Amino acid sequence: MSIEVRNLRKSFGDFVALGDVSLRIEKGELMALLGPSGSGKTTLLRIIAGLEIPDCGSVHLGGEEATGWSARERGVGFVFQHYALFRHLTVFENVAFGLRVRPRRSRPHKEEIRARVHELLELVQLGWAGPRYPAQLSGGQRQRVALARALAVEPQVLLLDEPFGALDAKVREELRRWLRRLHDELHLTGVFVTHDQEEALEVATRVAVLNNGKIEQVGAPEEIYDRPATPFVSGFLGNVNLFHGRIHDGRVYIHGTSVAVEDGNGVHIEGERAMIHIRPHLLEINTAPSTKGAFPATIRHINSAGTRVKIELTSEWGDPVRVEMDHERLRSLGLKPDAKVYLSPCEKRAFVYQI
Amino acid sequence: MPTDEWELNRMLHAGLVTVPRDDALVRMRRAASEPVWAQALIVGIAVTFLGVFLILPLLTVFAEGLRQGVRVYLAAVTNAEAGSAIRLTLLTAGIAVPLNLVFGLAASWAITRFEFRGKNLLTTLIDLPFAVSPVISGMIYVLLFGAQGLLGRTLAAHDIRIIFAVPGIILATTFVTFPFVARELIPVMESVGSEEELAALTLGADGWQTFFRVTLPKVKWALLYGVVICNARAMGEFGAVSVVSGHIRGLTNTLPLYVEILYNDYDFAASFAVASLLTSLALVTLVAKRILGGKVEPAEMALREGTQTKREAA
Repeated sequence: MSIEVRNLRKSFGDFVALGDVSLRIEKGELMALLGPSGSGKTTLLRIIAGLEIPDCGSVHLGGEEATGWSARERGVGFVFQHYALFRHLTVFENVAFGLRVRPRRSRPHKEEIRARVHELLELVQLGWAGPRYPAQLSGGQRQRVALARALAVEPQVLLLDEPFGALDAKVREELRRWLRRLHDELHLTGVFVTHDQEEALEVATRVAVLNNGKIEQVGAPEEIYDRPATPFVSGFLGNVNLFHGRIHDGRVYIHGTSVAVEDGNGVHIEGERAMIHIRPHLLEINTAPSTKGAFPATIRHINSAGTRVKIELTSEWGDPVRVEMDHERLRSLGLKPDAKVYLSPCEKRAFVYQI
Repeated sequence: MPTDEWELNRMLHAGLVTVPRDDALVRMRRAASEPVWAQALIVGIAVTFLGVFLILPLLTVFAEGLRQGVRVYLAAVTNAEAGSAIRLTLLTAGIAVPLNLVFGLAASWAITRFEFRGKNLLTTLIDLPFAVSPVISGMIYVLLFGAQGLLGRTLAAHDIRIIFAVPGIILATTFVTFPFVARELIPVMESVGSEEELAALTLGADGWQTFFRVTLPKVKWALLYGVVICNARAMGEFGAVSVVSGHIRGLTNTLPLYVEILYNDYDFAASFAVASLLTSLALVTLVAKRILGGKVEPAEMALREGTQTKREAA
């Protein structure tokens, strides 16, 4: 079932949670709503679920206008951030809840409910946990019960609010892969909220980046990462070095060093002052000035723990710069703190924004 | 070995057990405790106070009631007038308590689950019966429904009697006991939160199903607790009821009013005998309160701890 929201606005008192948001999510997609806290992502999700009423704008489910439908009429599965499991019911009864509250006509037979619940508990690898209470389970297990409970009513849309937010790193990683697999198997339309860019890029088929109640960019993970439309997106999706410069003839000039800019990426702002974002791994370090444009910098600190070496430098004009490279490159260059080096940006990989 | 610290201390002092002087436990307790005379003084004051102000009056009620023998006692509590007072008290509580159960649930639901204009006013108004003297509560009803009251003429025209009749007693009691259930429920419903109710909604439950399957099971102990103390107050209310009842023997006398009448008639034995019934009710209430209070606390704690409990191996 496709989801579409048009011109949604929502305020809580003076705080504007959503300011004119429109978004279309196609059938079968797994969309991430990515943004910092207070960006309106959870509000958007709750409006789609019918748990929050927008001040204006409309919600369409499967092409039908659903703005006035209540949460129970929308037939969407919702997984709450803190699971919201029924603490007085066993895991089995939690999962069975959605089936038991159905009107008598469409309520499945007792045996059917039992079979369906067991099937779902097997799906989330908790077949043994039926008679337990939620308080007896770990965070990751509770999260999977919440998912099984939401799936029990066979929703066509699954909405997840910070599904892995409260879990430790290892469990989170495992559940992410598992959610992706589940999505592939069940062909659900899914939307999940997250503030973790890695999670969004890894799990989602498309990502919508929100900031201050507005959508900054919508696109496939690679697109968002490689061609961030706004300075906010480029900064939120990973570390960037910030430079100021001018654009001339398809090249951007940073303190006398020029670098080619990809077509369509800010080149139209000819002659204007521009803000340039360059990711740490797209700056090359050389010990001598190269024929390519390069600017001098001094190494301050080298951190070689981890898969990549992280080097902190200070540019000639005093700004901090971060560079990442692999260990082999560090060895072959023989870099030491306080050494003077030359930085050259990779061609056509800088993000240029008008100021 | 005694595990209870106090018990250990007592045995140490009595010389029943000996512990090496440098035992860390003993040193710690020495450092923390007051001199023996101070302990004795504090405990003495507490015990005397309890004895004089609480236990002695309690015993007096039963002693005075039984002073002229069991036969007089039984006669006092089983005669027709006492019977009618007991019946009226039960009837009043039987109507006021269920009414306030419903009111209390509705009010606490509205206050904890919705945002609306005048919410603070409503929260304050719930406490009004606590703030106003019960006598004044009764007077309000007399001024409203009495013969000279605002609605008195209309009521008289339709031959409806409220003041100096049973409806007035029930109304006054309901008013005075209104806050008990709501006051008990509001904090519990607030701490429980509404997420589970929203979850039930997304799973297709309607309002009633959500209430009976999700909300009620979580607040039932607090609700019962509220009902118990509401009931105690409904049966024991004197001030408001005294103003509206008119003290008509056998007709509009509740137990507390009947006790007063007997006392004013110098019928002390009967008065104390009937009073002992109310005292017994108080004792039963205390026990029930104690049991239910114990259930409310752990239930709430379990709910709050929800996120951080022991793990089970998968």
